[in-house]
Amino acid sequence: MSKTSLRDLSLSEAALAVRNGEVTSVDLADAFLSHSEQVEPGIGAFLHLERDEVLQAAEEIDQRRARGEALGELAGVPIAIKDNIATTGMPTTCASRILEGHRPVRDATAVRKLREAGAVLFGKTNLDEFGMGSSTENSAYHVTRNPLRVDRVPGGSSGGSAAAVASGQAPAALGSDTGGSVRQPAAFCGLVGLKPQYGRVSRSGLVAFASSLDVIGPMGRSAEDVRLLLNVISGPDSLDSTSRAGGSSSRPGDSTSRPGGSPTGPENRADAPLPSVLGIPRRWIERGAGSDVVRVFEETCEWFRAHGVELREIELEAAEQAVATYYVIADAEASSNLSRYDGVRFGYRAQSAETLEELYTRTRGEGFGLEVKRRILLGTFVLSAGYYDAYYGQAQRVRSRIRSELETVLSGVEGILLPTTPTPPFPLGQKSDDPLEMYLSDLYTLPASLAGIPAVSFPAGQSEDGLPVGMQLYGRDDSEQDLLDWVSRFESSTRGNGGAS
Amino acid sequence: MNADFADRQRSAKSEESGKSAKVAGRYDLVIGLEVHAQLRTASKLFCSCPNAFGHDPNRNVCPVCLGHPGALPVLNTRAVDLAVLLGEALGCEIRETSVFARKNYFYPDLPKGYQISQFEHPICVGGAVPLGDGRSVGLVRIHIEEDAGKSKHPEAGDDTESRIDLNRCGVPLVEIVGQPELHSAEDAGLYLSSLKRIVEFLDVCDGNMEEGSLRCDANVSLKPAGAAELGTRTEIKNLNSIRNLERAIRFEADRQAKILDDGGTIDQETRLFDEASGRTRSMRGKEDAHDYRYFPDPDLPPVFVSDDRRTRIAAVMPELPLQRQSRFENSFGLSPDDAAVLTQTRALADYYDAVAESAPDPVAAANWVRTELLGRLSAEGKDITSSPVSPRELTALLKALDDGTLSGKLGKAAVAEMVETGDAFAVVVERNGWKVVSDTGQLAVWVAEAIEKNPSEVASYRAGKTSLLNFFVGQVMKASRGQADPGALRPVIEKALED
Repeated sequence: MSKTSLRDLSLSEAALAVRNGEVTSVDLADAFLSHSEQVEPGIGAFLHLERDEVLQAAEEIDQRRARGEALGELAGVPIAIKDNIATTGMPTTCASRILEGHRPVRDATAVRKLREAGAVLFGKTNLDEFGMGSSTENSAYHVTRNPLRVDRVPGGSSGGSAAAVASGQAPAALGSDTGGSVRQPAAFCGLVGLKPQYGRVSRSGLVAFASSLDVIGPMGRSAEDVRLLLNVISGPDSLDSTSRAGGSSSRPGDSTSRPGGSPTGPENRADAPLPSVLGIPRRWIERGAGSDVVRVFEETCEWFRAHGVELREIELEAAEQAVATYYVIADAEASSNLSRYDGVRFGYRAQSAETLEELYTRTRGEGFGLEVKRRILLGTFVLSAGYYDAYYGQAQRVRSRIRSELETVLSGVEGILLPTTPTPPFPLGQKSDDPLEMYLSDLYTLPASLAGIPAVSFPAGQSEDGLPVGMQLYGRDDSEQDLLDWVSRFESSTRGNGGAS
Repeated sequence: MNADFADRQRSAKSEESGKSAKVAGRYDLVIGLEVHAQLRTASKLFCSCPNAFGHDPNRNVCPVCLGHPGALPVLNTRAVDLAVLLGEALGCEIRETSVFARKNYFYPDLPKGYQISQFEHPICVGGAVPLGDGRSVGLVRIHIEEDAGKSKHPEAGDDTESRIDLNRCGVPLVEIVGQPELHSAEDAGLYLSSLKRIVEFLDVCDGNMEEGSLRCDANVSLKPAGAAELGTRTEIKNLNSIRNLERAIRFEADRQAKILDDGGTIDQETRLFDEASGRTRSMRGKEDAHDYRYFPDPDLPPVFVSDDRRTRIAAVMPELPLQRQSRFENSFGLSPDDAAVLTQTRALADYYDAVAESAPDPVAAANWVRTELLGRLSAEGKDITSSPVSPRELTALLKALDDGTLSGKLGKAAVAEMVETGDAFAVVVERNGWKVVSDTGQLAVWVAEAIEKNPSEVASYRAGKTSLLNFFVGQVMKASRGQADPGALRPVIEKALED
């Protein structure tokens, strides 16, 4: 197989080829590494990628196969990991100075599961520091460019993971989604990105930003690649008390969940069932989204309608308060989660501090970037005596309303179709000086995060000038497999023409 | 043996008002105690590190209790069970749902920058601590939280660096918050020793104040005598013994009284007790008080204690100290004082129970345990838990005393030797050839010897100084190395001297 065609294999095809000995894991890794050497300098997707490390891990898979060991569902398949997910043997910096060179002593549970499934860890990808941002411009190390148009942002905070996959350097990646950080970069880079239901994937080893919202999610070129990753990394975990069993992350009889099962490419999902009714918050979309996005939304609606899906207009009122609610809750939790970076035990430590107070203020003043400090200040304020009830308490009440509103809506429709972002990818630097503008661009992803329900972003079309536009589906509890089925159907009928038609 | 509950009960009763002299009359002293007790679990509250004292610094640690990025707490349900058991014992309402919250503050021995505690929704509310004399002091609440590490700051001169030991990080604690219903240092001491006894009997905590497994902070205020409204309080920390608690309260009450007498006002502040000087000094004022920014910990789901679980825990409730104390009085006929002493610790009460079960005379047994055994043990630097004399061996001795085959004097010597050597009673008796001799033939030989050696005392006796009888008893006891039966001896001596 040529190196290009190796890179074009779906995850299950690649793993099957490795298991069957049609291709070695080293060949596969080499194909991605060689391509990476060409394109990475112009993209900046990675914070850490070492050729030798990757090849060594691939070599181990090949040796295991040579010894006749059974290999898992991701045998020999390279997977890029967002750099806020703990990996042993590689740094985990969260793109922050304060964790420069930090090497975790334990793998994140999701990473352990990837390794157990035979995956080859393919470097650590760039992000907005600690996941705080929507453009990957807030990295302490470097910006990441959108591979589809290098003067544009790749989205964030999982922008490095999205750019790595979209530029063909890795076939798939793990991101993390707190308020849209998997879905928005997936949309900006023309990928499928899933925010699983809260608790579906263990947070153990995911460096906390906002613990009640954080979830690790897969990003890939197709719904089936994303499904395979989800099935590997999900499940309850004794190391995370908020992780949950249940759901349909590993359906009985689903061949993709069975190690050694036959490959299930998109072609096998062409007959996947579609929902009978989807809700569409049309007024909210018309009010909040740009014309390109509204057009692609209408085209996507048309596709669903043409395939027998009833589209029912819904009103989301509480959900419109999501931006304010989210930034209070997420920042409150972040202000507490980030207290541990104090220069005492690990990470960056300011030199020449004379007193304890100075050690704290200098370490944190020098170690954190501007956006992180802004959020810590905001979060500290909203939890302060005298303000708690007006801000944090109120935000919790609104969050409950958003959750129950979505629950009510989703009891009447099987899913909600809406754009992932109000605009296509914006130019680098355009919003980096205007945090509020940046926050507002998360409006369509935040409600699912606050409600803890699954949501998927998928490529649905292009703007007038050829930029990717992603649409989003929200689902009921435990509906990840359904959402991926629907996206798979959409993909199979629109493949090759760049979106809905 | 510390914290003698019985002593405290006695002294609290003897001091009528229990009020410090300077305070009495003009001010009412109001005290509320906050007691932290380390729970006796095998592992820490949120990770599987051992919950153990005395190991090398920073050994019992893992990513969770070190607060490493990405590490998450997972609740040790055994700690919840112990808190429920304590709550049940103190008559608290056990909340079906309680919530862990984060208490945020920066300190080097607090790795996460927050302590996981319970705030708005504690596991237990209400309840009371009995003082043992019919009175009891109400509780506000009991909540579960994790301990912080220990900082060791440089002493003057030598070391210039502060050092941190994180072994204690994440050790499970309950904080038992009392109502401000105590009005004297003695009552505060009684409250703390009663609580200490209860947690020990429940095996919820080992009660060791020196090692810090039981710690106490005192909120102290004065108000004009009879006034309804409470005065401004100070919180005193670092009270590592019941004695120091009492000392600190007395000092603080006097200090506040002087300020108020001079027309001053009390600053609401946190004060440290200095053991060496017996004084309290300001640690931080109200203006430096932390804003802890409590909020529910999103890493931990609410704790749910079902009725069923609560009932199962309460069903295995051991006998509480006061119940045991009154059983000792009622079943064994002990005096209130003996019963209080012997229920000072659960180990002692268990020991006495084991002895009393088969001892011929439980009251005598109490006396032997309390005076002889405990005395000897403490002389050897031991306590009842490390007693080389088992209840069985002590019972054997008590039986020998009761059937007259051993004199009281030899009994005392036997206890001493058993404590010293750890040998069984029979072995000690055999080795020393100890047997009570009441055979008049042998007694007459010893008596004849004594008469022969002391002619002037014989003359005085015969001249009418009959009180010298005891002198001759003593001589014979000495010559017989204590084996002579004093009861049988007297008539033999009298008869010999009359001849």
